[in-house]
Formats: sequence, C-alpha cells, structure tokens
Amino acid sequence: MNFEMPNFALALPEIFVLCMACIVLLADLFIGERNRFITYLMAQATLVGAMVLTLGLSSSEVQYTFGGSFVRDTMGDVLKAFIYLSTLIVFVYSRDYMRARQLFNGEYFVLGLFGVLGMMVMVSAHSLLTLYLGLELLSLCLYAMVALQRDSIAATEAAMKYFVLGSLASGMLLYGMSMLYGVTGSLDIGEIGAYVAQNVGHNLVLAFAVVFVVVGLAFKLGAVPFHMWAPDVYHGASTNVTIYIGTAPKIAAFAMVMRLLVDGLGGLHVEWQGMLVMLAILSMAIGNIIAIAQSNLKRMLAYSTIAHVGFLLVGVLAGTENGYASAMFYIIIYALMGLGGFGMIMLLSRAGFEADRLEDFKGLNERSPWFAFIMMILMISMAGIPVSAGFWAKLAVLQAVVRADMVWLAVVAVIFSVIGAFYYLRIVKLMYFDKPEDTAPIEPAFDMRIVLSANGLAVLALGIFPGALSVLCVEAMK
Amino acid sequence: MFSDFPLLSLVIWLPIIGGLLVLAAGKNDVLVRWLALLFSSLTFLASLPLYTGFDNGTYRMQFVEEASWVPTFNINYSLGIDGISMPLILLTTFTTVLVVIAGWEVIQRRVSQYMAAFLIMEGLMVGVFCALDAVLFYVFWEFMLLPMFLIIGIWGGQRRVYAALKFFLYTFLGSVLLLVAILYLYFQSDSFSILDFHDMQIGMNAQIALFFAFLIAFAVKVPMWPVHTWLPDAHVEAPTGGSVILAAIMLKLGAYGFVRFMLPITPDASHELDWLIILLSLIAVVYIALVALVQEDMKKLIAYSSISHMGFVTLGFFVVFNIFDKTNSVAGAAMGVEGALVQMISHGFVSGALFLCVGVMYDRMHSRNISDYGGVVHTMPVFSALMVFFAMANAGLPGTSGFVGEFMVILAAFKANFWVAVLASTTLVLGAAYTLWMVKRVIFGKVANPQVAELKDLNAREALVLGSLAVMVLLLGLWPAPLIDVMHASVGHLLEQAVSSKL
Repeated sequence: MNFEMPNFALALPEIFVLCMACIVLLADLFIGERNRFITYLMAQATLVGAMVLTLGLSSSEVQYTFGGSFVRDTMGDVLKAFIYLSTLIVFVYSRDYMRARQLFNGEYFVLGLFGVLGMMVMVSAHSLLTLYLGLELLSLCLYAMVALQRDSIAATEAAMKYFVLGSLASGMLLYGMSMLYGVTGSLDIGEIGAYVAQNVGHNLVLAFAVVFVVVGLAFKLGAVPFHMWAPDVYHGASTNVTIYIGTAPKIAAFAMVMRLLVDGLGGLHVEWQGMLVMLAILSMAIGNIIAIAQSNLKRMLAYSTIAHVGFLLVGVLAGTENGYASAMFYIIIYALMGLGGFGMIMLLSRAGFEADRLEDFKGLNERSPWFAFIMMILMISMAGIPVSAGFWAKLAVLQAVVRADMVWLAVVAVIFSVIGAFYYLRIVKLMYFDKPEDTAPIEPAFDMRIVLSANGLAVLALGIFPGALSVLCVEAMK
Repeated sequence: MFSDFPLLSLVIWLPIIGGLLVLAAGKNDVLVRWLALLFSSLTFLASLPLYTGFDNGTYRMQFVEEASWVPTFNINYSLGIDGISMPLILLTTFTTVLVVIAGWEVIQRRVSQYMAAFLIMEGLMVGVFCALDAVLFYVFWEFMLLPMFLIIGIWGGQRRVYAALKFFLYTFLGSVLLLVAILYLYFQSDSFSILDFHDMQIGMNAQIALFFAFLIAFAVKVPMWPVHTWLPDAHVEAPTGGSVILAAIMLKLGAYGFVRFMLPITPDASHELDWLIILLSLIAVVYIALVALVQEDMKKLIAYSSISHMGFVTLGFFVVFNIFDKTNSVAGAAMGVEGALVQMISHGFVSGALFLCVGVMYDRMHSRNISDYGGVVHTMPVFSALMVFFAMANAGLPGTSGFVGEFMVILAAFKANFWVAVLASTTLVLGAAYTLWMVKRVIFGKVANPQVAELKDLNAREALVLGSLAVMVLLLGLWPAPLIDVMHASVGHLLEQAVSSKL
C-alpha cells in the first residue's frame, strides 16, 4: 500500500473558501450590529479571492487529485466562476434589502459561503461520495437559509417542506448511487463510466440505478413531476434567500447532471434520454401553463424556472457535445436572468413592503423608465425573444436537439415558449400600459442601482454579442 | 462608387442610434421631435443611393456586407439586396419620415418613447429586408414585434391591451415555427446563409413540412385568411402612425418572406400545394372584401381592405406554377410576380395614406365611426379631394398605382386559369363598392353632425404628408416602368429557382 500525497493546490479555491467562511463566522461574533458591513465585505472579498484563485489555476488539461475523487477541468472552472459571480451579485442585492427588514445578520453570509463551498465541491466532484458530500453541504445551507426568518410562518413552512422533500430526494439519489456501486464496484465516476461503456448490454440493476439517479437530479433541478417544493420555497423564503436558491445552485445542479449522467452514465444515454424527454416536456408544459395563473411574481418566477429547466434538459438529452455546451450556455444565461428578475423585486421592495405581486409593477415606466427598461429586457430574454441572451440560449438548445434528429421535440419546445411569452409579456404590459398604483419613489442604494443595471445590460449585450460566451461553453465541453 | 461603403448597415443602424438618442433626450418634446425628423430624413437620404447605385442588369445580391457574428453556429452578419428588397427598403425609409411628421402634434404623451419606437422599428424593418443570414433575418423579424407591441399598447385606443397581446402572440407563434424550419435547414446544410438554402437539395416530405412552417409564419404576417383576425384589432387600436407602419410595411414583410424563403427553398412543395395558397388568396380577395363592405368603423374597413389587397399579392406569387405548366416558359409567369410586387409598393402608399386620412379626421372628431361623419367636403375641401383620390387608388382606378399591380396580377391569372381570374376580378367591383360607399357616407352628403360643421381643413403639416403620398401614387400609376425595371432581373431569377426541382 503506497500513500501518495494529494495535490492540494488544485483544491486551493475550495480550501480558501472553507477557511474564509470559518473566519467570517468567527469574526462576525465579535462584530457589533453597527459594523455588520464588515462581515459583508469579508464575504465579498472571499468570493473575489476564490475567483482569482480559480482563474489563476485554470488550464486546458484535466487534472485529478485526492485519489481521483476531485477533478479540475475547464467546465468546472467556468461554472465555478459563474457561481462566484452570481453569489457576489446576490450579496450586493441582499445587503440593503436585509437591512431594511432587520435581517442583516452575519449568518446569511456565512451560510451563503458554505453553500458556495458545497457547490464548488459538486462541480469538481469525480467520485459519488464527493458529489454527495457537496450536495448535502449545499442543501443543508439552503434549508437553514430559508428558515433564517424564523418569525415568519411562511418561511418556516417553506423550510420544513424543503427539508423533508429535499431529504427524500437525497435518499433517492443515494440509493441510486449505492446500486451503481454495487454493480460497478467503484465510486470513481471515471471507472463507473468505463464499466458502463464496456458492458453495454441490458442490466436491470443499472437501469434501476439510472432511474433513481435521474429522480434525485430532477428533484434538485426542480423538474416536473419533482417540482412541488419550488413554488412554496421560492414564495415562502425572503427574497434575498430566494434569489440565492434560484441562481447559483442551478449552475451546480447542472454540473452534477454533467458529472453523473454524462461522465458516469454516458454509456446508458439511450436509457436516460427517454426519461429526460418526459421530464423536459412536462416541465415546459406545467411550468409555462401554471405560471400564467400566478399573481405573485416570486411564484411566477418559480414556475418560469421549472420551464427553463425543461429547456435545459432538452439540451442535455440531445446527448452530444454540442448539446451539453448548449445546455451549459443556457444555464449560465438563466442564472443571469434569474438574478435580474429577483433583483427587480428587491429593488422595488422597501421597509415593510414586499414588491412581489404582479400589481406592484404597474406603471413602472412612469415611475422609473430606466428600470422598466431593464425589467423589459429581462422579461423578453426569459421569453426568448431577440435581441436578448435568452434568445440565443433557446436557439443553442433547439439547434442541438434538431441535430439529434428530434425536430418534433423542438416544435413542442417552441410551442410552449409561445405560451410562456404570454406571462412575461403581461409584466411588460403592466409596466408600460397601466397606471401606477404605488407612487413611492424608487431609491435603491447606489451599488444596487449600478449592479442591477449592469445585470440587465449584460443580458442585452449577450443578446447582441453571444459569440464569446458560446465559444467558452464549447471549449469547456471538449 | 458605394461598393466598399457599408451603406446597408448605415440605413439599419442610423435610425436605431437615432432612436436611442431620442430616448436619451427624454422630456424635451421639441428637441425630440426635431431629432426624430432629422434621423428619419437622414436615413431616407442615406437610402437613396441604394436606388441610384443599383445595377438593374443582375439578379445577384448587391451592396453585400459580410462579417462573422456567432462563430460557434456559423452565424454571419451578412447583408445584401436585390431588386425585390430594394424598393421595399425605400418604401420603409420614406414612410417613416411621414409617420414622424404625422405624429408631430398629435402625440402629446411620452413623445420620446413614441418617436424612438418608430425609429428603432425602421432600422429593424430595413434589417429584415436586407438580411441574408437566416438567424439575422429572424432576429430582426422577431425583435420588431416588441416596439410594435409597445406602440399599440401605450398609444392605442380603448381595447389596446387586448389588441397588443393578440398581435404579439399570433405573430410570435408563427415565427417560432420559422425558427425551427431555419434550424432544420441549418442541420442539413451547416450554414445559416439564405442563399445556401436556395441551392440545397431537399426531399419532398421535408419540403412539405418546411412549406407549412413557412406558410404559418408568413401567412400570419401577411395576413391571409383564416389567420387574419389579429389585424383588424391591431389596426383599430393602434395610433395612426402605428397603423400606417403596420399596413404599409409590416404586412409586406410576410409577403417578402414568401419570395425570399418559400418559393426558392421549397419549390416542389410550393408547386404541389399552390392550389392551397391560391384558394386562401381568393377567399381573402372575395370574402374579406365582402366583410369590409359592412364595417361601421373606418379603420376596420381599411384594415379589411388591406387583407383583401394582400390576397392579390399572394395570388400573384402562386399563379406562376400554373402558367409555367401551361406555357413552359417563365416569361409569362413573371408578370404575376411583378404585379404582386408592384401591388405591395402601391398598397404601402395607398393604405398608409388612407390611414393618415382617417387619422386627420380622428384628431379633430375623436371618432372613427362612419355614421358620425357626413358632408366633410363642405368644411374640408382640400382634404376631401385628397381622400377621394386615395379612395380611387384603393379601388384600382387606372392612372393610380392601385391599378397597375391589380391589372398585372389579373392578366397573369387569366393565363393560369379563367375562373381564378374571374374571382380575382371581382375585387374591382367589390373594392370600388366598399371604398366609394365609405367615401360617399363620410365625405359627401349633408352635414349631419354639428361637429363636422366646425371642422378645419388640413394644416400645412398634414397637407405635406398627404400631398407627397398623392404624388407617389400618381407617379407610380402613370409611370411604373422604373420600379418594374429594377425588379425584372431578380424576378426572373426567382422564377428560375421556383420552377426547377430540388428533389
């Protein structure tokens, strides 16, 4: 038995975030109520530092460490970079919002950082155990964050639901993983992949394992019929938590899909393709149709997320490098749009007032033409109308599925996107065609104003020049 | 002399940049109006060299520009025009100037957003006409819906929200199928270039599927019966400028799609299914004309008349297969397509002018109901003369532009099939009936309403707009040769493509 010293350098970003999260936790104990912004700044510095480390370590080759249970590759680097970026934006949006509600606690940032660590581990996992570890670390942080607002009945209920259903899904995933281990005799995703590729014949246990793994993944992504938690959690949690749940973890969940289904079970593509087709169609249908009936914007965005996940799965199920790259492109752009959408709710909210009903957007064009314009960009982008990033995301996914010779699925997808366009347009209608009911001035903090504008303009800019990001995604999948 | 200069890009981006500047100018309405006029006029001037520098002798794309846009999917920013698209671009730039002038004092609410929406629309519409890359085409095509949605929804009439949503969702449904069709063609050819699509071999089943995808996308925009129902709603509720742009240009986009996509890419399916389009066109020509006859609302009447006239355009495009089967030469068929194209330009002028006329009256009386008027000629003689003139053009009076296109299409239809021609000819009767009957009730007769007695005649601004349109209608009616010469080579090439099998 020989012991090999693992190469810690590859996991430097993870180690850094872990240390910093602990330091922030300790420091926060000694920071008084008035100086809480120091906690905030430390959290942001952590994210920036992690970004620097990740970009500094990136190279085009694939590197393994910790006995093959940890991997560093281009896809991981890109996804991590966007996880830091979206968490950073979430923290910017949250600061003022939390302060106005007496929620400005250090715990939010500490949990957020540990959640980021969990996501990073998920992204870099190359063994079933590492993957599960990352997933649980993230999930526990999310449950706790939802429950942070402990006096709110809705938040407590949401946290309970999330916890119970989330544990169930984790159980399913774990059960699937145990079957995989039973059949292949390995926890290493590379070895599992090799085994599956060699033994292509039908294996009942393996088929069952795929089913359980897909169920677990679908739950974490929030795909129909495993979506029930999403609307309640999105609605019940305070918006600074919802925006966190709705963005970066989706990127991590996509990484998990790539690691498990593609790297691990790629040989069983035929088996899981059929399941993903069902999940995708159902998600697009239920997500888009039920979103129409929502009067609460947070719930509407929850259903819209479900529909977007359906689109994402369309890219994944194509089963080609092109399809995976498209799906990655989609999830990154989705995260940007989600940030903007929830950011707008936080922008219009103020102490004692939550702008999460559709009516709260009435006449926004008269109150603030600029932010109405930003919201319009976000909405048309979510609907997939050019010129916006969302259009290219849909185009990428659709061309992948057409290339996989599934034109019919592309037709189904576009029909549902027309249905989806209705409720996004309704927001545009409320902002531009209706008279405002709420005439309170919109006075966001300076940094929020800048970041939210940049967020919206980024969606527009990516709509005009999508080339660089899409090249990046294609490179990441090579 | 303009071979290196990116003239098409200039004509696309100048109004869009102008629109953004106008938005930035914000609350200063006077500045906004002059800026909008400046940019729309500059764009019109910039588009004139497209005509003077145009080479009539070739069907090839001219003023071509090419740059890589999204390399991963091989999408290019590629522009170019031929004899079919060039006149439509001039129509667009010309009409936008008039729309800006027409909205001068009428629009008092959110002037900068109104003007900006029209300027941006102008750039996008020109973009559709010169895009040679399918995705670029789609981006312009689809993005155009948004400003129009806002124009109808913000400045429209009573049921504006309903009309705006209906307009958007109808056209969006049509265009997403176009997107799938484009992606399928990309999958087959590894290119998004429309000209590459033209040269592709495609099997019959695929052609038929593509044909129907194109049909739904373009038929909604034209609009053809039975997917026309968004148009009367959108027209009635839109502000005058919106109606003018809708009728004069946006409807032409659908027809343009037929000649740029359907005929050259799916010639065999078009040949096989030409009866379907001819049937739908005839229903539009005859049935919709009858519907127009019973309208109480002037804008609705003109909207239905637009659908009926656009039926002529699609008829002209699709009688060519019958003529070719009978005569085995494309020379005779060319008249149908050229007639349809002339009809498109002429309808742009005439319907735009009629909507402006209704706008002039609406600004004074705030009513579009025919029954509220009567005897307008007694108080507005100059206006009445112009309105009668445009009504005559709408009815296809010889000497006006309305006559040329209709006459050419009917002649071509006679070569194809006698009964088709007979049904198409009924438009000369029905068109005259609904237009002249409206004119009779609105312009002539006794002054029924005390408000009519107080009407003031055209001011200089309105006279300028309507007068310049009258000149164009007359010019095109008396001397259509320059227009037909421009499109001759391109139409010849189009027909070559349409009758050569791709199986």
